Amino acid sequence: MSKAPDMPKATTSSDGIIKLAIMAVGGQGGGVLTNWIEDCARRNGYAVQATSVAGVAQRTGATIYYIEMAPAGDREPIFSLMPAAGDVDILLAAEMMEAGRAILRGFVTPDRTTLIASTHRALAVSEKTIPGDGISSTQEVFAAAGIAARRFVHFDLEKVAIEAGSVISASLLGALAGAQCLPFTRQQFEESIRISGRGVDTSLHAFGHAFDLAAGIQNPEPEPTPADLPVADNVPEHLRAGWQQLETRLEQLPEPVRAMARRGLRAVVDYQDLAYGEEYLDHVFKVLECDNAEDQFRLTHEAAKYLARAMAYDDTFRVADLKTRGRRFDRIAREMAQPDGARMKLTEFMHPRAEEIVGMMPHRLGLFLSRRPRTMRFIDRLFNRGRRLRTDRLPTFVMLYLLGGARRWRRGTLRHAQEVTHLQSWLDEALAVAQRDYGLAVELIGNRRLIKGYSDTHARGLSKFDRVNQAARQLSGRDDAAQWMARLREAALKDEKGVALDGALKTVASFAEAKD
Amino acid sequence: MAERSFAEAVKSLKLGEGETFTGEGILAITKALLESGVGYVGGYQGAPISHLMDVLADAEDILSELDVRYEANASEAAAAAMLAASVHYPIRGAVTFKGPVGVNVASDALANLASSGVTGGALIIVGEDYGEGSSIMQERSHAFAMKSQIWLLDPRPNLPSIVKAVEQGFELSEATNTPVMLMVRIRSCHVTGSFPTRANKRPDFTVRDALANPRSDYARVVLPPMSYVQEQDKINTRWPAAQAHIRDHGLNEFFGPSGGEGGEGGNNGGERGAIGIICQGGMYNGVIRALQRLGLANIYGDSDISLYVMNVTYPIVSEEFLDFCKDKSHVLVVEEGQPHFLEQAFAAELYKAESETVLHGKDVLPMAGEYTGQVMQEGIEGFLKKAAPNLLPASLRAPNREEIADGPDLSKVVPIRPPGFCTGCPERPIFAALKMTETEKGKHQIAGDIGCHLFASLPPFEIGGSTMGYGLGPASNAAFDGGGERRSISIIGDGGFWHNGLSSSIGNAVYNKSDGVIVVVDNYYSAATGGQDVLSSRSLATGAGSKSTGHSIADAVKGVGVKWVRQIDRTYDVPKMRQILDEALTTDHVGPKVIVASSECMLNKQRRERPLANKAIKEGRRVEKPRFGVDEDICTGDHACIRLSGCPSLSLKQLDDPLRDDPVAAIDQSCVGCGNCGEVADAAVLCPSFYRADMVHNPGRWEQMISKFSQRVIGWLQRRRAARRIEFSQEQS
Repeated sequence: MSKAPDMPKATTSSDGIIKLAIMAVGGQGGGVLTNWIEDCARRNGYAVQATSVAGVAQRTGATIYYIEMAPAGDREPIFSLMPAAGDVDILLAAEMMEAGRAILRGFVTPDRTTLIASTHRALAVSEKTIPGDGISSTQEVFAAAGIAARRFVHFDLEKVAIEAGSVISASLLGALAGAQCLPFTRQQFEESIRISGRGVDTSLHAFGHAFDLAAGIQNPEPEPTPADLPVADNVPEHLRAGWQQLETRLEQLPEPVRAMARRGLRAVVDYQDLAYGEEYLDHVFKVLECDNAEDQFRLTHEAAKYLARAMAYDDTFRVADLKTRGRRFDRIAREMAQPDGARMKLTEFMHPRAEEIVGMMPHRLGLFLSRRPRTMRFIDRLFNRGRRLRTDRLPTFVMLYLLGGARRWRRGTLRHAQEVTHLQSWLDEALAVAQRDYGLAVELIGNRRLIKGYSDTHARGLSKFDRVNQAARQLSGRDDAAQWMARLREAALKDEKGVALDGALKTVASFAEAKD
Repeated sequence: MAERSFAEAVKSLKLGEGETFTGEGILAITKALLESGVGYVGGYQGAPISHLMDVLADAEDILSELDVRYEANASEAAAAAMLAASVHYPIRGAVTFKGPVGVNVASDALANLASSGVTGGALIIVGEDYGEGSSIMQERSHAFAMKSQIWLLDPRPNLPSIVKAVEQGFELSEATNTPVMLMVRIRSCHVTGSFPTRANKRPDFTVRDALANPRSDYARVVLPPMSYVQEQDKINTRWPAAQAHIRDHGLNEFFGPSGGEGGEGGNNGGERGAIGIICQGGMYNGVIRALQRLGLANIYGDSDISLYVMNVTYPIVSEEFLDFCKDKSHVLVVEEGQPHFLEQAFAAELYKAESETVLHGKDVLPMAGEYTGQVMQEGIEGFLKKAAPNLLPASLRAPNREEIADGPDLSKVVPIRPPGFCTGCPERPIFAALKMTETEKGKHQIAGDIGCHLFASLPPFEIGGSTMGYGLGPASNAAFDGGGERRSISIIGDGGFWHNGLSSSIGNAVYNKSDGVIVVVDNYYSAATGGQDVLSSRSLATGAGSKSTGHSIADAVKGVGVKWVRQIDRTYDVPKMRQILDEALTTDHVGPKVIVASSECMLNKQRRERPLANKAIKEGRRVEKPRFGVDEDICTGDHACIRLSGCPSLSLKQLDDPLRDDPVAAIDQSCVGCGNCGEVADAAVLCPSFYRADMVHNPGRWEQMISKFSQRVIGWLQRRRAARRIEFSQEQS
């Protein structure tokens, strides 16, 4: 064993064996990490044994690697081949929910376990497929880790790795070394990375940063706190007066509503123009007339949010506009880490259908055409196919650029007329309800959340919206109408086909029958 | 080209007399085979012994230097059949495959081999896929050893013991003219450690020698009346010979008081209780760990309780067992899995011997499932409570044990994370297309097979409801071959196709004029087992080396009589995939409709191409690297794209914008630009949020000029518009 002066004190269990488990997601480099730790232990006077399960379980699934070590002597220690609940000294979790899984399995106990976890999330498929927000909260894992672990070391080690151009195995090793729970020095760990011989520089970089964080030499960057909206400083000279007027009007809104309305206003002005912002504020003020301070202006707050969403609906002009903006090009170059001297080709995937084409037409013409199925089929044949558009090329860019610029004629289109009608009836219905049942009205406004996406997805959202909204009639008069409406909306966001919604609607329908 | 290369590691196979080997179990087994003078080796991949096949493949040069024939067999049955070389010739042979599924496949050959008996040592190395990390049904290979009279070794899970078991296995096989199964468990295959090496040994009699001096003896052929003689020989000659050999050579081990090594006090009488534990060799470390934690053993395995460690779990040696029980009031049998063959046999032995020793086993340990650390400790604790409570530490004897403080219940928070398709997997678009087809035409009867493609049965695809065995996907739809309202669809991989699918599935469908649709998922490798080559592999090594690849699946299918065959050479072309599926489901063609969907396994492709691309970039050559992205202000957060993908690199991102409720799609830097996202967004008419950015490294001068000009004009147009309106970016809106 090395006699380095800065030898950290080891976490050793009573029986003299150090037990270390790694919980990872397949593809995170758990095998490499295991090799490094094993090599470091073996070269520095320890008898060590590592085990892993190879094979199909490694394909993106949850995997465990396990290492045991004890000071080498004349006799070989008998090591176990798998971790046991309540008997793990160090647990490395390469993702936050894997830390949760380790706790769940009893591998983290307050008497002995140092838990070193990366706080980032690698979402499981079940979290990602929910049409709404299905992401599991890590809050409870943090709380559980605080109770279950003897010591809890946690950073976003994925970020550390990516910043160094490396993978998380390297930053996890750094955190392990920095947490000083194994009897090896920084140099000894680093030597193992060097000996392994692959991606040495980037690995050492990630290792070093993670080491400093875990050893407290360097503090992690604080989480950015949601700042107030920056002042709009990019308003062109000739529009400044008009914008100022809108901002002044905004100030007349009650305080609880203002921040959301500011976001909304910016969204719709960005979407269309100043006049559209004016329209937006008209709507908001109209809602405010039906609102009151006792309810903290919740109705107006929700309306400020969803009116902006409803008015800034997703159409072809919008997509063309967003796709051709300078900021977007800058963002992509940044995200793709475009190196100097490299050029970037940009391909967009569009699939317009007859509905989108007709939606862009002047209201009357569009309506005329859309009522003729054969004509629609013909238009579909002309346009409905996948289009790969190269926006880094001038001709395609100019085409989309012009289409984006054509938004100035948006107000005259069929789609806009449809959206305005829909918005009006949605708003009117909610405001009518507001007189009788304030809470229900707030929920009706919130139902707008269900409308999203394009094409089929949009149609599905609309149908869910309609079905949920229609239930208002059955619910009206009930004390818990608002709660039920919220529940229906949540159900609608649970799955794509609306199975959960069907169930919830059945229950609501049974209320109506009982009432009859 | 296998997923993992052992090219460096196999150098340790050349270690000579008295050196120290350090490494993994599978490599140690290979070294032990060479030290034992093996004459031929073979097998079929499958976790946990896939890497043993990879080691053998990477060690082919070393093997041929020693005149050892290496064969990558077509299936486990083919591997077991190869052991026929040891029937007449004094050649040691070893094959490996996974158990019990590989043993199932091999059982025809194994039964014949066992009946014939062997002259040279025949070793079957079985990677027993039981417990956590296993990918198959949970059963035991033990039953096969019993029914065919094959001896079963289950050595202690450390390298010296496993290495010793290889040599012992050959000796036992030769001494008893019986094939021997050497069982290694999931973790033993990859456990690391060291052992002192011996020099590699050239086989005394090689396969070439055999071809020069052919032999045959009809007494060895499994035909009546010889088969009856063989049956008697197994029981009357080979079995007692095996028991004698096991006993005389001390293959089973004793530890603890009045045992062998480690027996220190001999204090197994009197108060400390005359009790003992009998365990399979593979369970030894787990038993010791439990005893360590109960304060009854130290870290070197010196135990206060006598242990009878069965490195040979079949046949049992009655005298040894009864001897061990003689002075004991209670014994515990630690036998993982079910049925509990050992415990049943021991119970019968004790009964017949009119013994008063009380037998424990599945009364304190669970009948089914892996004996994890927790299970083992609870089981042994339970045994001690019954048999010798005084041995337990006071803290455990107390009725009220301290409960660990409860934290929040995480069982609802932590999502399950089953394995799934890798980033960029070429199978994903096949199932995306199939899901779209089902959305349009309704749910179909779909049968799955063994292989990565079985992940399609999980969310988000949920395609395929059964798997009946390797290469049996289409065969398992045979009942529906007659057709009906909607055609049945079956999936089979290229691995399963060559394993036995061509005859059992395709041939079966042709002969029975099946109405079904068969999708052959061809990713160029036996990918789920680690990317080993198969007959149809298209790796660059084709033509070179000792294996012949590049044989077309479509041609093979046509060769057995399929008339309707469609070949797709880019599975990422989702519209084409859909169109062909539609055609297959609607054509009035009589007989099976076979679609061969081929694209290279992305894991292997990346491993092959990435280093080359990086090298090319460094050398200043033009390289294009694709990656996908999502415009977060266009994405509306419905996640329809994810429901047609499940790609690890396509995830979600919570926007810092109160106007947006739901997280939007986001693609991380692990994206390999396979194209599935764009294809699916287009084919399912989802949304225009996706874009592909192809980074062109070292572009040509002309290309660079045009690009710069375009960028300048584009930039000017963008600035022009920005100056005439109010734009709020995502972070300002």
